[in-house]
Amino acid sequence: MSAGNLRIQAISGHAGPVPGAGTQRQDQVCKLIDTTTCIGCKACEVACLEWNDLPFRETVFDNTYQTMPETAWNYWNLIQFNEHTAADGSFQWLMRKDQCMHCADPGCLAACPADNAIVQYQNGIVDFQQDYCIGCQYCVTGCPFNIPKFNSHTKKMFKCTLCTDRVSQGLEPACIKACPTGCLHFGGKEDMKALAEMRALQLREHTAHARAGVYDPPGVGGTGVIYVLHDITNPEAYGGLPVNPRVPLSVWLWKGPLKWLGNIAMVGGLIGVSLHYLRFGPKKVDGHGR
Amino acid sequence: MDDNILRYTLLERVMHWAAAVTYVYVLLTGLAFYSPHLYWIAMVLGGAPTSRFWHPWIAVLFMAVVAWMLRAWLGDMQITGADRAWGKAVHLYIANHDDGLPPIDRFNIGQKHFFWTMLYAGCVLLLSGIVLWLPEKLPWSLRAVRSAAILLHVSAALVTIGAFIIHVYMGTAVVRGGFTSIIRGEVSPAWARTHHRLWYYRVTNK
Repeated sequence: MSAGNLRIQAISGHAGPVPGAGTQRQDQVCKLIDTTTCIGCKACEVACLEWNDLPFRETVFDNTYQTMPETAWNYWNLIQFNEHTAADGSFQWLMRKDQCMHCADPGCLAACPADNAIVQYQNGIVDFQQDYCIGCQYCVTGCPFNIPKFNSHTKKMFKCTLCTDRVSQGLEPACIKACPTGCLHFGGKEDMKALAEMRALQLREHTAHARAGVYDPPGVGGTGVIYVLHDITNPEAYGGLPVNPRVPLSVWLWKGPLKWLGNIAMVGGLIGVSLHYLRFGPKKVDGHGR
Repeated sequence: MDDNILRYTLLERVMHWAAAVTYVYVLLTGLAFYSPHLYWIAMVLGGAPTSRFWHPWIAVLFMAVVAWMLRAWLGDMQITGADRAWGKAVHLYIANHDDGLPPIDRFNIGQKHFFWTMLYAGCVLLLSGIVLWLPEKLPWSLRAVRSAAILLHVSAALVTIGAFIIHVYMGTAVVRGGFTSIIRGEVSPAWARTHHRLWYYRVTNK
């Protein structure tokens, strides 16, 4: 996607420092999704498809309003419907706009071996650069939200770009423009966080949603997409939003200790055999030429 | 010397080099994805997407050759009492005091361990590699399998790299004549008597 004038903060699979990082300060952007005012109209889905020039997909009927089980390589924004019965027997339709969360600590970027295939901009947007993607799908393993999707024909990964091309030009993402209830907001991270907290407080004090709260998971350093949930203690009810998402431990082990151990073992092995040769040299054959 | 002894048949040599070439390709492309500092290897080998495409296919080919090797060398690779006695004296071998070593047959215990290491690590690499090859086929609920596969794949690969370094070093630098034997197939009687005395007696009927 077009990066416009966005500054890069982190690059996947990159040896050495990030060129130009820190030369310009850009505010953290954030999308706020208030699930308590979402009516599941799917206008955001249509806007996403239209702006990003993606085709409509065939839907899969599962006896609910869910149109397909999860996002796809060419369907980056999907409303997750959930029929939820609370402990007191009250029934709710929970609707959550599902898309890339734009983590401050992105697992996809940590897992990616391809130089430049995933970048994180100064404003917090995590974006895939398909030109550099090698189709290894390690980002799938790195992501705690099941977001990166593979196009088996082009062998490239895709996901929500947070409309990088629009944001870099001072516009808000297409989904925000389309929302008819105003449940979607876009702005600076601090402003959106304050707005979300105010809304959660309003819900707790003036409605029956006494456990309303803001979902901005610290396990991934916070996210560039935050939710207001009716019940912050049960995010799993909203189509499997993880309670405490983290970059998988295996990714950390693999890119951290295991890599250093491996480097030391490989270089140590080469040095070891070299020293052995210097000390002992080649073997002599008994009675050679006899 | 006309009295040279055939150590590896043409078919065995072809088998060895088929394994060697496929292993080295998979090793190099794998290293490219292992570290950003080695990513240039993928560029040299035709680009990273190309390397990603061929890495699993060539690996399957490698494992097919290893299966062929298992069939061809299963008898030769059994670890015997003579091997264990030799293994106990391996410090003499390392220090090049080979005259103090007990006699052994066609392969020494190090070569046998190398074979079994590559076979078993190869199986781990193949199974974990299939998961990494087609991760989209795995449902989200089984994502722990993906995580495990990544760690197993890297760990098993590092084990083969360690074994591979020693194998190449021994075969080329330390045991002179070994490299020639795997190319042309023949060794001198003195070489056979020094390194594989029981095998030497067996094939020369002495």
